[in-house]
Amino acid sequence: MTPEVGYAATVAALILAVYGSGAAALSAVKGRADLRRSSERAAVGVWLLVMTCMALLIYAFLTFDFSVRYVAGNTNLGTPFYYRITAVWGALEGSIILWAFMLSIYTLIVMARYRRTQPQLYPWVLAVMLGISAFFLLVMAIPAPPFERLSPIPADGRGLNPLLEDSGMITHPVALYLGFTGFTVPFAFAMAALIIGRTGDEWITITRRWTIVAWYFLSLGLLIGGWWSYHVLGWGGYWAWDPVENAAFMPWLTGTAFLHSVMIQERRRMLKLWNLTLIILTFSLTLFGTFLTRSGIIGSVHAFSQGSVGQFFLGFLALIVLGAFSLLAWRLERLHAQGELDSIVSRESAFLLNNLFLVAAAFTVFFGTVFPLLSEAVKGQKVSVGAAFFNLVNIPIFLALIFLMGVGPLIAWRRASAENLRRNFLTPVAIGIAAAAVCRVAGVANALVLLCLALVVFVAATIALDFARAARARRRTGDGWLDATWGLALRQNRRYGGFVVHLGILVVALGVAGSQAWSTQTEATLNRGESMELAGYTIRFDGLQGVEESNHAKVVGTFTVSDRKGPYTVLTPAKKFYPQEQTPIAAVDYRLGFMEDLYLVLGEFARDGSHATIKIQVNRMVSWLWIGGFLLTLGAALAIVPEPRRTPAVARAGQTAAA
Amino acid sequence: MSGRSRILRWAIPLAVVPVLVLLAYGFRTDPRDIPSPLLGRPASPFKLTAFDGKPVALESLRGQVVVVNFWASWCYPACYEEAPSLERAWKAYKDRGLVMVGVNYQDKDEPARRFLAQFGHTFPNAPDPGSRVSVDYGVYGVPETYFIDKKGRVRFKQVGPVSDEMLKDQIERLLAEAA
Repeated sequence: MTPEVGYAATVAALILAVYGSGAAALSAVKGRADLRRSSERAAVGVWLLVMTCMALLIYAFLTFDFSVRYVAGNTNLGTPFYYRITAVWGALEGSIILWAFMLSIYTLIVMARYRRTQPQLYPWVLAVMLGISAFFLLVMAIPAPPFERLSPIPADGRGLNPLLEDSGMITHPVALYLGFTGFTVPFAFAMAALIIGRTGDEWITITRRWTIVAWYFLSLGLLIGGWWSYHVLGWGGYWAWDPVENAAFMPWLTGTAFLHSVMIQERRRMLKLWNLTLIILTFSLTLFGTFLTRSGIIGSVHAFSQGSVGQFFLGFLALIVLGAFSLLAWRLERLHAQGELDSIVSRESAFLLNNLFLVAAAFTVFFGTVFPLLSEAVKGQKVSVGAAFFNLVNIPIFLALIFLMGVGPLIAWRRASAENLRRNFLTPVAIGIAAAAVCRVAGVANALVLLCLALVVFVAATIALDFARAARARRRTGDGWLDATWGLALRQNRRYGGFVVHLGILVVALGVAGSQAWSTQTEATLNRGESMELAGYTIRFDGLQGVEESNHAKVVGTFTVSDRKGPYTVLTPAKKFYPQEQTPIAAVDYRLGFMEDLYLVLGEFARDGSHATIKIQVNRMVSWLWIGGFLLTLGAALAIVPEPRRTPAVARAGQTAAA
Repeated sequence: MSGRSRILRWAIPLAVVPVLVLLAYGFRTDPRDIPSPLLGRPASPFKLTAFDGKPVALESLRGQVVVVNFWASWCYPACYEEAPSLERAWKAYKDRGLVMVGVNYQDKDEPARRFLAQFGHTFPNAPDPGSRVSVDYGVYGVPETYFIDKKGRVRFKQVGPVSDEMLKDQIERLLAEAA
């Protein structure tokens, strides 16, 4: 029964979305409020139906309904119930539902917020968003139906991809897709603005917070993906420039550029064309990412070919890119800048450079990702582009970006005077150089790390200096300490939220630099009772043990670790054997630390437990990535909260001061 | 409107067309389609005991066209999709000198037997203890099917399910060759 009901709900939702999109557009053209209300009801209907699909699929997973092909393909009787829920988005079909579901929620929020306040833009926004929903529902209806019936019904399913049996997989796709779909909102507003010809700053002001929300979730998705890669895949790294990672990273880069360049438009009325281009690119890249991972055109550890889904995505991508850019070209004469760049030494130019570098990074990542395709098309040679290329071209770009992160927020608009430069940057530059010098003396020899460190400290110092100054100024006007700091951060939450995000990125940058430069690893075969040493740790192999789990068997090694101070911990890396997988899956074990992680991967072993091969890694400063991610979350949250209205804020400040 | 912006008006949307064309080209290629190093090389001999207890050995099959199919009962849906085609090809060509061997890959005995019963396979199928044969053939995943000519060389490798047409094409071609 479930497959039929689910499929019916999908088709109904598709029809409603197509109708709603058309009705919303028509209501805008004809000015008919009844049509608009009808399209709103359609949007609510889409949401309800997609939610029904979601609920049905979860129910099918929970009840092991193997009459649904997707359930049979992604679960088996041994799959624990929490992974049966996350298995819903464990493969293509379900992740499209998740996408459609989130999009329908975003549509409802946009509806609730803007139906009264933006009577002109809003119907077109609704039309665009429902149109995009319609595409995903079309994918659910034709090339990737999650409710396809399976006949005959198998006794047991294939099981979830074992690598996805991890808590990171509960949150990673959700965060990533909230980010991907989140960019639909600014994109839809940009299209609406182009259609009605209101190409001013309005759409940017409206969607500013939406962009931060989308950016935040995308960042979180990337970080959780890194964490998953780190503690599940067992290769000891968190980023491999795999096409799938690149696919999520590219919209992040252009989205970051967009977040920054809109500030110039708001302030100086420049870059209208550029901002529209960036949001079109960002949204297109979210589609491109899905296309890339689902079409199977590029080899990747994650990608799997899925029939005609790729063609559907490419068609839609072409429609969006050609449509959006044609619209842009049609409105070209309305997009002339009203402001001009006054000086090279100004905040505008710092932001422009930031944009240039971010887009350049996105381009190199794009180029590296599709290069295998290009090579095969042009020269007929199969090649693969490895991390070496991406690191080589991106490290200088990212270092430059960190530098600009320090310059941008403090340099003056229009034209920076020598006085402005000296006042804001002399001390931070000195502190940055001093920090690098101290580290050099303390024994840090890696030039790249020193450069990164100097830049990071420089940026951190600019932020600290700026905040201290502003807080001091507030103190002088009579605010208490708490109000001068925390209150300040809240009152100018966009600025200070941005600063906290910057701090988070700095911590991530240090983590990347440190882990790349200082991590160390070794591999050895140990007899039972034998020990080995690495970086101050002594690791003793104590034996193997076989364990039977609900859906797999595993062999667990026991390793007793002591460090210089004495006994440290016992680590139990394992190898998991899933009947449906050809190769065993390593389950790493690790102890995370602030400065270093100890990370063990079990390799080959003797069945009698007499000896085992173990890979030991001491990964330095990887935890900084997660700490940076946490800071980033705080900063983004601070930047997202609505700015307090002037009056109540002042009144509250008065109360606090009085108290 | 100036000439420049008229050009831009066309240039902006057209700029993305080459990228789209390149991506469309991607459908014509398969990144995992890496040619097997075994192609043209002598097929590794093997000796297995079939589910029905009879021996299956490749050495005794020289001079014949051999199709070796690797499958598993947990390999859903691909192995289930191709199973009827394999049986049809077997029935169609066994009298013309075709030999077909199914090698059961990393499976449990009982579900494997149920799979065979479900499709009523009449060609020999054997489990592969320790995956030795699979390793020799470089099986990466199931299903994979190897076509061996009368001289005992691997001539074609199919990754993923086989179809009726493909089986027919390959088998006819190899049967037509001289021993």
